[in-house]
Amino acid sequence: MTSENFVDRYRELIEDPTFSRIVEWKANHSGSKIIGCYPVYTPVELIHAAGMLPVGILGGGNRLEIAHADSRFQSFICSIVKSTLELGLTGKLHFLDGIVFHSICDPARNLASVFQRNFPQMMVEFIHFPQNMVSPHTVKYLSAEYRRIKSAYEGLAGKAVTDEALRQSIRIYNEQRKLIRELYRIRSEKPHNLSTAECYVLNRIGTLLPVEEHIAIVKEAIAAINQRDEKPKDRIRVILEGSFCEQPPLELIEGLEAAGCYLLDDDFLQGWRWFLKDIPLDGEPIQNLARAYLDHSVFSGVKHDLREPKSKHLIDKVRETGANAVIILAAKFCEPALFDYALYRQALEREGIPHLYLEFEEKMWIFDKSRTEVETFVESMLFD
Amino acid sequence: MAKTADAEKTTYQGQIHLLQKELMGRYFERLTRADETGEGKAVYMMISGNPVELVQAFDMIPVYPEVNALQLAVKKVCLPFILKAEELGYSMDNCAYVKADIGFFLSGRKGPFGTIPLPSLILCNYVGCNVYLQWFEHLAEYSQRKIYNLDIPFNREASGKPSPADITYVVRQLEEVIELCEKITGKRFDYAKLQRIVALSGETGEIWSRIKSLTRHAPAPFDAYFDSVSMMAPLYCHRGTEEGLRFFEVALKEMEEKVQLGTGPLPEERFRIVIEGPPPWPYLRAFRNLFSKWGAVAVASTYSTVGGLWEFGFKHDSMRPLESIAEHMLEWNLCNRSFLQRYDQIRRYVEEWSADALVIHSVKSCRLFSAGQGDMREYFTKELGIPTLLVESDIEDPRYYSEAQMKNRIDAFFESLEHRKILQSAQATGGTA
Repeated sequence: MTSENFVDRYRELIEDPTFSRIVEWKANHSGSKIIGCYPVYTPVELIHAAGMLPVGILGGGNRLEIAHADSRFQSFICSIVKSTLELGLTGKLHFLDGIVFHSICDPARNLASVFQRNFPQMMVEFIHFPQNMVSPHTVKYLSAEYRRIKSAYEGLAGKAVTDEALRQSIRIYNEQRKLIRELYRIRSEKPHNLSTAECYVLNRIGTLLPVEEHIAIVKEAIAAINQRDEKPKDRIRVILEGSFCEQPPLELIEGLEAAGCYLLDDDFLQGWRWFLKDIPLDGEPIQNLARAYLDHSVFSGVKHDLREPKSKHLIDKVRETGANAVIILAAKFCEPALFDYALYRQALEREGIPHLYLEFEEKMWIFDKSRTEVETFVESMLFD
Repeated sequence: MAKTADAEKTTYQGQIHLLQKELMGRYFERLTRADETGEGKAVYMMISGNPVELVQAFDMIPVYPEVNALQLAVKKVCLPFILKAEELGYSMDNCAYVKADIGFFLSGRKGPFGTIPLPSLILCNYVGCNVYLQWFEHLAEYSQRKIYNLDIPFNREASGKPSPADITYVVRQLEEVIELCEKITGKRFDYAKLQRIVALSGETGEIWSRIKSLTRHAPAPFDAYFDSVSMMAPLYCHRGTEEGLRFFEVALKEMEEKVQLGTGPLPEERFRIVIEGPPPWPYLRAFRNLFSKWGAVAVASTYSTVGGLWEFGFKHDSMRPLESIAEHMLEWNLCNRSFLQRYDQIRRYVEEWSADALVIHSVKSCRLFSAGQGDMREYFTKELGIPTLLVESDIEDPRYYSEAQMKNRIDAFFESLEHRKILQSAQATGGTA
């Protein structure tokens, strides 16, 4: 299997603004419910254990015309908020029985209310993730929050979720996340064998398919990738950060690498591979989910963990992977990413790590400018 | 300051205006002294649902970076600080309140109103606004001072109420803050003292709510947007103190007298409006005049409820001080309520305060307020049939205020409102003839 194949094989699936694959799934599973998961992180196990399908609702990509949502959300609001509303207003989310938003930023929170008002047939949930990561009382709070969500989903699904069922869901998602971690390991060690775009696509389809199906695909993909023995190219080695919520167009991701970098790590689709290690199966599953969020989840700009300085994880990543540079790729108007950048920039300068700052929008068709910027950046490093 | 007779009329010139100046003058003197002599321990806090009572209980000094930003904007000196932050890497699209304050913080903390002391504690009361988390995280990195995130779960249940688990979680955290304050000040926590302070807050809140209720009268005795904001500073900086309470007693008396006399902030009240959204601080006077010239008076505003929402029945309870501080933070302020709860708050204002129209001032900096206000307009015009105007500028950044555009939009809106009024009165006469 060549590198083109994973991207080509799944491009249509991930770029389809009508979600036809999911609509089809629903038609074949009568009575089954679907819950949309807005970024960043959703405890999907709670949905899965209730026998429902969690689906990533990550905006409309660059194949959706915004015709209605821009009269509801202003010009200075990021595109994923508007394109997600546009999907709703144009009837493209009709297959959703519910959608869940989280306390990631102010526009996403207001969007939850706007969804509630405009789509009364949908169960709109909102999870408040704790921002006090150090209090001994936080785990209790988050467990209570998860129990509240669980009972809402039990009501919607019409069935009780046992601890055993939840444990089983955690086990399955542990396996999925472990496979994704494996993909990322391959990429940071042998980026010439697995491109970022491929890795992204393999991860992204997991937001659209039943987890069991996704696991089988990724297993097969890893086996195929392990057979590869491509020749490394003369490229700079880069850590990418800032795209944890709204996702850049696939063409942009492809373009970044083609401009002369190996992206050793990134934060695309961060919420779908949220944990650094498996969530324990022994003990009370809800509490295990909550504890893992507090103590074993990845760094995120929407999770304010004061136990270490903001930029430490980024500098560490650069050092650990032996990267030469950092690209900050932030969604336009994304306040969490833009604020983080101010501290990253100061830290990267202190550490003498070169970096490039880029902004993107979902609805982007022309990549020449970004590509030229990356090329110039790469050249400045290769021929320095 | 006012150049024309017109402008003079639009400024509320009562006793409370002077009293407010005096009170805030003393407050900034205390801050400046703290910076110069190291006397007193400053606690940085956010305005939304602030737990100032705890800070007062330890005789620590409440400092609000939002007040710094606001003062810099009102005194028209904020832009260089915003630009300084942008040079450091903050984006054009980041909240300018944060940028102005961070630029100010990194430039020595000296403003025309006073000097801001370094914090002994950065207490991030995360009440609704996600940007608060960033702001204080950054200040903690720059100052290397102790920071505590006081996490307030957002109001997210269908009942509109916090759950018992939410309240317990917040109370437990307040207890942790108390421990921290004990360590910082070396003082033992005095429960009875907190009770006295919370009782003062209870009385203050109640009087504030009575003051706000007076604008149900026609004419309204004061403008519930432009004049309310000058009462907000004492509400946050002096709540829980005797002098804070006295200020509101004087204010109530003065406003009641105005109701008796039938006077308001303008020579004639021609339109009663509700204003949603924060003011454009750098152009407050100019913005106010655009409404005054039409005889438009705000009878209620959402901005005056960011720090606390007292007019719908909440009162701090000294018998359960920590729980009641928790309830204030969780439920009884605008910022921790959902966007739809805000629609409802505004609807009540329009109905119960007999307003003719809604004006939405959409500010780029504060997305908590602004994100989705187009949907809000849709709801008020299409579902409720309430004339609604949406104008855009900013709370802090003077680069976003376009006087001509603002004037055109506001004039056009009131012209059509006036037309509507004429038609309505013609219909009414026609009907009875």
